[in-house]
Amino acid sequence: MTLFEVMDILDAKVLVGREQLNMEVKTAFSADLLSDVLAFAKAGSLLLTGLTNPQIVRTASILDIAAIILVRGKIAPDETLRLADELNIPMLSTRYILFETSGRLYSRGITGCVEKVGRDDSVSL
Amino acid sequence: MMNLSSIVKELNLKVECGKDQLTREVTGGYVGDLLSDVMANSKEGNLWITRQTHQNIVAVASLKELAGIILVQGKEPEEDTLGKASKEGIPILVTNLYTFEVAGKLYKLLS
Amino acid sequence: MSFNYENSFIIEGGNFEDAGKAAVEIKKTLKNMGITGDTLRKTAIAAYESEINIISYANHGVINVRVTPECVFLDIKDEGPGIEDIEMAMREGYSTASYRIRELGFGAGMGIPNIKNCSDDFELTSEVNKGTHLKVLINITDQ
Repeated sequence: MTLFEVMDILDAKVLVGREQLNMEVKTAFSADLLSDVLAFAKAGSLLLTGLTNPQIVRTASILDIAAIILVRGKIAPDETLRLADELNIPMLSTRYILFETSGRLYSRGITGCVEKVGRDDSVSL
Repeated sequence: MMNLSSIVKELNLKVECGKDQLTREVTGGYVGDLLSDVMANSKEGNLWITRQTHQNIVAVASLKELAGIILVQGKEPEEDTLGKASKEGIPILVTNLYTFEVAGKLYKLLS
Repeated sequence: MSFNYENSFIIEGGNFEDAGKAAVEIKKTLKNMGITGDTLRKTAIAAYESEINIISYANHGVINVRVTPECVFLDIKDEGPGIEDIEMAMREGYSTASYRIRELGFGAGMGIPNIKNCSDDFELTSEVNKGTHLKVLINITDQ
C-alpha cells in the first residue's frame, strides 16, 4: 500500500515528507530499542516506534527504512524533524498506541519482515 | 475481551510459567520495551508484548495488573524473571514471532 | 571498480545529540563510491553501533574507515573505562548501560554482537581504565 493509505488507516499527521506519500510499503517493524532495529529491520520497511529522538532518524537512514511512524500522538522535537527532512525520511504521527498501530496495519495486509544483520536471507513471518 | 488460554492456543505461545493463571480475561494488548512507558500507559488486564527478559518486567506487570507477558523473538526469560513471575502469578509466554506480527495477530483476535 | 578511500571521525563521549552522524556520513560516502547491498548495510550498522558505544561509554574515540578494492576496514579506538568482561560483552543481551542510555532506546546489549555479525573478520581488545580497540573487516562482495 502507499504511505498515503497508511496515513489514512492510522488517522495520522504527516510531520515530514508530504511529497513522498505515494511511496509503496509492504512491511513494518515495531520497536522501542534501536539495537533491535539495527539487528533485524528490513530495508524498505516502515518503522513504528514510540521513540522521538534524532537517533531514530539516523537509524532509519542507516537501514534504508521507508518511513517512520511515531505512535501515541507523539510529536518529535525540532531537531528530529529537521534531521528527517535533511535525510529525506518521511515521518508520520498517529494517536494510536504501538499495539493498535501494529494491529491496524497488520489487518490491512502489511506484514512483519525481518532481515537479520549479517545474513543474506530475509525471514518472512 | 478474550481469555488468556484461548489466546495462548490461537497464537501458539509457549507457556514458561503461570499455567494456572490462564483463565484471566485480556482487556487489550500493550507493546513496549521501555519500562517507564509501560508503567505510564498500559492498562489493567492488558497482555504485554516485549523483548525485555530481565526481572524488572515482572514488577511492572504486577504493579499494573497486566494479564501476562509475551516475549518475542523466541527469547527465553532469565532465571530470576521466571522465579519472580511464578511467585507473583504473572504468566510468561514466548513466541518466535517478532513484535509487529504478534501484535497484529493479537489485535485481530481481540477485535 | 576501484575503491580507495580513508577517513577518520572523532567521536565525543556523551554526545548523544550527534550520535550516528559519523555512521551516516560513512554510509553516504561509500554509497557515492558505488558500494551497495550487503557490504554497505554491514558497514553502516557496524559503524553506527561502534559510534553509539563510544558515545555511551567512553570519554572519546576515533572511527577510522579505509576502503580498498577488496574490503572495508573499520578501526575504532576509544579512551575510557574499557570493557571489564569481553566475553560477556560479546553476548546478546548483556548490557552495562545506564538508565539514561536505555531511555534513549539504546543499551539492549546487542551492540557488539551486531558488529560481530556484520564482520567478516573481527577483533576486540580492551584494557580497563584505558580504552577499547575494535577492528572490523568487511569483504566487498559482488556488487
